Amino acid sequence: MNMAVVQAGMLSLLQDSGRRGQHRLGLTTGGPLDGEAFHYCNALLQNPAGSTAIEVSVGGLQLSAQVDTYICLTGAAMPLAINGEEKALWEVHPVRAGDTLQIGFARSGCRAYLGVADGFQITPSFGSTATVVREHIGGLCGDRLQIGDQLPCPAVTTRKRLYLPVQEQPRYQNTLTVRVIPGYQQRHFNRIEQRRFFGGRFRVSERCDRMGYRLEGPVVGCDMAGILSEGICFGAIQVPPDGQPIVLLNDRQTIGGYPKIGAALSLDAARLSQLTTGASVYFAPITVRTAHRALDLAQRFWRQRPLRERQP
Amino acid sequence: MTVKLHTVGEDALMLYLGASADEQTLARVQAAAAAIEHALGSELIDLVPSYASVPILYDPLRSERLQISRRVRAAVDALQVQHAATARSVVLPVYYAAESGADLESLATRAGLSSDELIALHTAPAYRVYAIGFAPGFAYLGEVDERIAAPRLATPRAAVPRGSVAIADRQTAVYPAESPGGWNLIGRCPIPMFDPAAQPCMPVAVGDSVRFEAIDRERYLALGGELS
Repeated sequence: MNMAVVQAGMLSLLQDSGRRGQHRLGLTTGGPLDGEAFHYCNALLQNPAGSTAIEVSVGGLQLSAQVDTYICLTGAAMPLAINGEEKALWEVHPVRAGDTLQIGFARSGCRAYLGVADGFQITPSFGSTATVVREHIGGLCGDRLQIGDQLPCPAVTTRKRLYLPVQEQPRYQNTLTVRVIPGYQQRHFNRIEQRRFFGGRFRVSERCDRMGYRLEGPVVGCDMAGILSEGICFGAIQVPPDGQPIVLLNDRQTIGGYPKIGAALSLDAARLSQLTTGASVYFAPITVRTAHRALDLAQRFWRQRPLRERQP
Repeated sequence: MTVKLHTVGEDALMLYLGASADEQTLARVQAAAAAIEHALGSELIDLVPSYASVPILYDPLRSERLQISRRVRAAVDALQVQHAATARSVVLPVYYAAESGADLESLATRAGLSSDELIALHTAPAYRVYAIGFAPGFAYLGEVDERIAAPRLATPRAAVPRGSVAIADRQTAVYPAESPGGWNLIGRCPIPMFDPAAQPCMPVAVGDSVRFEAIDRERYLALGGELS
């Protein structure tokens, strides 16, 4: 009972909600870059939260179903076709053994999540199936999907055809304001440098990946070049001596020695990961209380958002 | 010594226990990490003890920040440092040679030493594991003798062989897997530094004491070492 990989695409990775409690071995978190799109993928499929799905970056994945099941694609606007027939995203579709699933290249955003009913059945390593290629951990054998990979998934014959109405679906744009909780070595960035950071416009550079997004813009100065190496939390914004900030994401190194001006709100870091080279980014400071309120609201919104059922 | 606790993100507090890399601070870091683990129990998502700090990760949807902060402070205030009580002593064999450590000779020349003298200086001290990070199983060991300290390479290598023993500034480490790296390579260790299948998967933990022991080529190969 498998899905076979016919074309692997630019970067396709098996991900669950991420690896926790293993930082002391030097293992990073991994997990889906866009937690919201990943959440809806499983919610629509009526899977337990955090079931293993494929994170498709940019696009180009093609699978061949060898089992009757249901699938759902959420996130970036990548054209989805089953046996050549275009299908809607954010909606559960039945597939039969022998069907071909084709995912084209993103028209907006750059990460999409392909899930199956009950999730892909992958043996966890260190408590998670999240693939971190740099660490050779998770997924099938610590690597991105390759042509010929067999992805185990169970046969499922009944499932509600849920969908998220178009007006409820997130839109991925080319400009983003990232809310930042100041912290860490913030006091080493003086008032003028802070103004440069929070008032400036940055551009997503070519160096943007699952480890972090490197931005280009006004040079942000810091009165220290390096610090004694210390743990790095999710979303931390490092400023190396060249003054160009790096927002650290799921596959970040667990410790590092560059000063940090603050940490991005996770909801905005997820949106950042949907941007590609050239997109514009602004930063806005918020308090930690405001951040927690935003997280609470987002959770409540995710729970209450109505998932409709398609009647055949 | 002042203890500082900062909010550094939506799901993290950062505890600073000092400002320098020294054994006393490290002992406090370790004791604090254990005390915080005990105090927070299942509300603790993860922590990353290193050098002089401990970031404390929690779930902001489940736990209240000020509560976590109060409990961390109470745990740290009650701290009694039993110096290196849990530290183990680990000996790691190293094959020091030009064929296993590409920078051995240039580093010796730079220091005005022979290769043998450099090896003697590297094997003499008991190093402390100050941090684990960068890559799975990568242990930062300190401190090497001032005479053999050396800055990172101006251009990092695209691929440092697995098991490489290296020096950067006054730190030394064994590369657990082949990876890019800018440290100066002086030899190779045949013992796996990270084996996901083993229990435990690492031979060292933060706070442990590590000594290097010089072995010859034959012994290196017999212990499973590779030359490529």
